[in-house]
Formats: sequence, structure tokens, C-alpha cells
Amino acid sequence: MLAFLEKLDRRWVFLLMGLAVAIPILFPLPFEYKPSALARSVFDEIDRLPDGSRVLFSFDYDPATSGELSPMARAMLYHCGKKKHKLYVMALFGPGKTLGSEAIQEILLKYAGDDYTYGEDYVELGYQTGNEGVIKVAVTDLPQMFPTDVRGTPLSKIPVLEGVENFQAMDLLVAVSAGDPGSKQWIQYFISAYPKTRMVTGTTGVQSVSLYPYIPNQLAGMLGAIKGAAEYETIVNAKYPGPDGKPVPELTEAQRRMGPQLTAHLLMVSLIVVGNVVYLMGRRKAHQSGGGR
Amino acid sequence: MSQSRKATIGWLVVFIFGAVGLAWNAFSQPRGFGMRYVTDSTTTYYEVKVSPPIGSIPKKPKDGEGAVAPKDRLVWVSSDSPDLEKSNVTRTSAEPISVTRTSSVPPIAAWAAAENGGKGPTGATYRFSVADTIGVWIAAFFTLAIFSFLWGDNPVYKFAESVVIGVSAAYWMVVAFWSTLVPKLAVPIAPIAMQWAVPGVDEERKVSVVLAVIPAILGVMLLFRLSSKLGWVSSWPLAFVVGTTAAIRLIAHVQADFLAQISNSMVPFVVSTNGRFDWGASLGNVVLVTGLLSVIVYFFFSLEHKGAVGKVARFGVWFLMIAFGAAFAFTVMGRITLLSERLEFLFNDWLWLIDPKGDHTVTTIVSNAAGLLATVF
Repeated sequence: MLAFLEKLDRRWVFLLMGLAVAIPILFPLPFEYKPSALARSVFDEIDRLPDGSRVLFSFDYDPATSGELSPMARAMLYHCGKKKHKLYVMALFGPGKTLGSEAIQEILLKYAGDDYTYGEDYVELGYQTGNEGVIKVAVTDLPQMFPTDVRGTPLSKIPVLEGVENFQAMDLLVAVSAGDPGSKQWIQYFISAYPKTRMVTGTTGVQSVSLYPYIPNQLAGMLGAIKGAAEYETIVNAKYPGPDGKPVPELTEAQRRMGPQLTAHLLMVSLIVVGNVVYLMGRRKAHQSGGGR
Repeated sequence: MSQSRKATIGWLVVFIFGAVGLAWNAFSQPRGFGMRYVTDSTTTYYEVKVSPPIGSIPKKPKDGEGAVAPKDRLVWVSSDSPDLEKSNVTRTSAEPISVTRTSSVPPIAAWAAAENGGKGPTGATYRFSVADTIGVWIAAFFTLAIFSFLWGDNPVYKFAESVVIGVSAAYWMVVAFWSTLVPKLAVPIAPIAMQWAVPGVDEERKVSVVLAVIPAILGVMLLFRLSSKLGWVSSWPLAFVVGTTAAIRLIAHVQADFLAQISNSMVPFVVSTNGRFDWGASLGNVVLVTGLLSVIVYFFFSLEHKGAVGKVARFGVWFLMIAFGAAFAFTVMGRITLLSERLEFLFNDWLWLIDPKGDHTVTTIVSNAAGLLATVF
């Protein structure tokens, strides 16, 4: 048995992992979520603002991380829509512009369309090259960085931008971030210099750890990875359910993906334990046979 | 039998099992799999004049100017917009515009509509889309091609990898052209000639030609790196880039990371909430400060890590290990999410493994397989 495990083809491990993820997708596992304090903080920041507040919403990710970040971006956008906040949508990642437009069409206009007219209640600023330079400039002069919106209209002719000369006019920043440029740059170049504007973020699991030190003074709340998204969906669906009183179908994506997380993590922990046991047994066997290691 | 031959047979069995499963899936569904449906929706837009509401407040005056009274605005609104009913909104004589949007229908909805004459719940017609169907098959092929690397490096994976690199490079070239070269170089230099490309540029905010030309010159100087004799010319723009980037980042790091993090670490060991001692918060703050100081000692190399210093540094290593473990766990969570998203695509969008009406029965499998065979032969 020991010899078999020591020489086990790693492709069997891949197959096991594939099955651990695939089976809960086909046969979903029911879950009960207790939202964490961080997810609750994000919800409270958006919810406590008076209806119609100005929210800058940045889609700083691309399709490579869409599976992890789109659920939380959509849930936060839905929440902003229910609060009728004025939305200023932009992207620091090129494809983020398209992902943001899709989310607006599929979530905001679908569930809060009566309250949203383009140019009067929300505007899409689109994507600009320049990484953190975009934040650095727009934080003091928005039209310098974004001369027009995505439809080619000068910002001075868009009603929702009346009185908005720069990002400092925003009440809240929501950044959904996959890496650099993203949440860290927003904190460094905007929030730390102008702390009047509050910030919440949703990030990939990889990036989450590096953002914890900014909580709570520079970052009011954070949704970390798919678990954060699932928690947020739970809170939003509880307070703002769909038209039929049930959870909004589009806002159950992250909760659905927690099933594969459970089985895959159980498998991974098992593999780590088995791997270490096999290693220790192999070492003991080598010592007993006088080989040593 | 050799080990490799055993492994080959084992994997062959796995793949045959998978292929049979796919065939079963294809035969058991009345509409097969891998097909995409779309729906068209047409919206009519009217141009309207929006007058300021009665009693609207004039804008705040700018320095040296009088108050500016609100003006009428011309906007386009959809025919179903409640704004059309407002008293300060009147239609102009402009011809209405009709816009038809095509949107994808999720497979589960298309399947449910199949038995309703291709009609959705709102009565919208769902039609088969050749373009979207080809797109789904291409996406499925490339997903499987990348997954094939788990088996080992192979030509299919290499092909998919090359396509990703080529498409990404082309995408970013186009993005750079339209979001950098055109608006930030061509438009400031020749704003009228570039009206066709960027029609909405605000004429009140003209960018200085000099401020556009200088970066262009620096950009051209960078290209001198390609020359073996004049390569030194590229050092000048490179020095500019390095200098400005370092300065901008230094300020940000000092403000947001160094000073702010010191401030964030000044936390009380004894925390009271609503007048009562808060165990959780107090313990959290003690752990934070202890961890911070011990990790700093670990990275302090001016003293040899012996005695008390060594013990504290060793304690700091434990905090580092826990942090690395948390980072690894977060990474695992992220990667599994990406895998589950891809499998969801394969199962739902491509293979249609969804079964909302319980159609996966032996009878449907046999009858569909027989129907298919009869069609073929």
C-alpha cells in the first residue's frame, strides 16, 4: 500500500479533484451562511448612505477572475440599485469596462431599471490606460483623465456629473479588484489622501491577505474571495429579495460555488494528511532499513 | 504488465467512461446539447425636450459671473419610460429611433421554452443562434485543450496556449491604439482631423499640443533601443519614467503604508464595548501588536538571533507561517472557484447537463439514440 501511494500517478489526484468539484455542481449542496463582520461592514457602508448618494464603482478585473469576482460585483451593484445611488462606473482593467456594462444591463437595469436613466442616474466612464496614474489624476481633475464617457459625450454635458469635478465628490468607492492596479492603488492614491470618501472592496482570494492591514481605518469593509461573495449574497437577498419575494436568481452564484469549495477543501486536507503520513512512514522505513535520509 | 501500460489502460477506461457519459447525455435530451439560443428585443426611443422643473434653483455662480439659470435639455428616452408622462417633458419633431438588442438565453430557459413553441415566460421568441453556438463550441474546445496539460504537455495544449498569447497581444495592441495613441496623442495634435474617431471631446478643455508632443518624442526615443549604436538615446526617456514612477510611488507608500500602518498599529490592549470589557477585541489587539513586534525582530539583522532576541524572532516565524498558511488557503479557494466556474460552463452552457424536468430517463435515451441512428443510416 505504501509503495502504491508513494508512486501514485499525480493524474489520479487531478481526477479526484475534478470529481470533488464537479459532483457538487451537478448535485448542489444546501448551505446555511452566517455572514462575517467584514461582509456585514460592506453591506452597512452601502446601506447607511442616504438614497441617491454618489458611488464610484470600479470594475478592476478581467474574465480570468470573473468566476470569483463577478458574483460579488453584481451583488454590490444590485444593492446600490436598490438604494438608488448615483453610479459612476469605470475600470482600471481593459476588459472590466465590458464586464461592468454587462452587469449594468443584466442586474441594475433589470431589477432597478425604473430608477435608472443613463446620464441622469448613472454613467459609464469606461477604461483609461495609465494604471495608478488614472487614479492620481482623476482624484483632482476627472475630465482631464476621462474627457468623455463611453458613448463619447463630454462629461460637462452629462447631468449626473454636474458638480462632480473629481473623485473627491464621491460618497463611497466600491472597487472590485483582481490585482494591480486595484484596491491597493485606490487606497494609496485616493483614500489615504482624501479619507472623507469611504471605501469598500471585493477581491480575489490571492489579494485578500495583502489588504487586511488597511481594515478598518483605510478600508471600511472587504469581501474576500468567493466566500465573501456568498455571504454578501445572503445579506442582500435577505433584505432586498427579488420581485417574487425569493432570492434574486442571479445573486445565488457564489452560494452555489461554495459546495465545490467544501468538497475540494476536504479532499485537499485529506491529501495533505495522507501525503505527510506516507512521507513519515517512508522515512521511518528508510531509517529501519539503515538507509537514512 | 508494465506500470506505464497499466496506467494507460486505466486512463483509457476513464476516458471511455467519460465519452459514454457524454453520449448518454446527448441522447437523453430532446434538444441535444451545445446549442445556443438568443432573443431579440426592440426598443423605440423618442427625442424629448426636458424643461427645468418649476422653481428650480439656479446653479451656484462661478467667480465673477452671475447665477446661471437652468436650461432646457434634449435627451432620448425609451417609449416605455415613465419620464414621457412628466409635465416638463415634451417630444420634439425628430424621427423616433428603433434599436434591436440581441441577448443570450440561458440553456435552462431555452430548454424550458422548447416545449412552449420556443416562447419564453414573457412571450419573447427564442431563436437558434449559429454564431453563439460556434462560440460555445470554440470556448469548450479551448477549455478542454488547456485542461489537457494535466495529462502532460501535448500539441493541443500548445496550440491553445499560442492562440491565447496571440489574441492577448492583438487585443492589447488595439486597446493601446484606441485608448492611448488616438485620444492622448492624435486628438491634442489634430483635434478637428480626429473628430471622426473621438467626436465628443469637449472643445472647452483643449490639451496643450506641447504636452502631447513631448511624451511622443520621449516615446520615439525609447525605440532607439533597437539600434546598437544609438541605444544610449533610450536611456533619457527611461530615466524620466523611472524617476517619476519612483517619486509617485514613494509618496503613496509613505503616506498609505508606512505612516498609516504605524497609526493603525497603535491600538489599546484593553477594549471596552458598551461599558463592558470586550475579550475578543482586546485579545485581537494583543495578538496584533505581539505579532507585529516579533516579526519586525525576525527581520532585524543588525543583532545576532541569539538569546532573547532569537526567541522573539522564533516566535515571529510562527506568525509568518500562519500568515503564509492563510495566504495559501485563500489562493486555493480562488483557484477552486475558477475551476468550478469552468466546469459550470462545460456542464451548463455546453453539455446541458441540467435536467430541470427530469427528462434523463432510460426511455428517452433509447428513443433518442434510435432516432439518431435512423437519421444517420
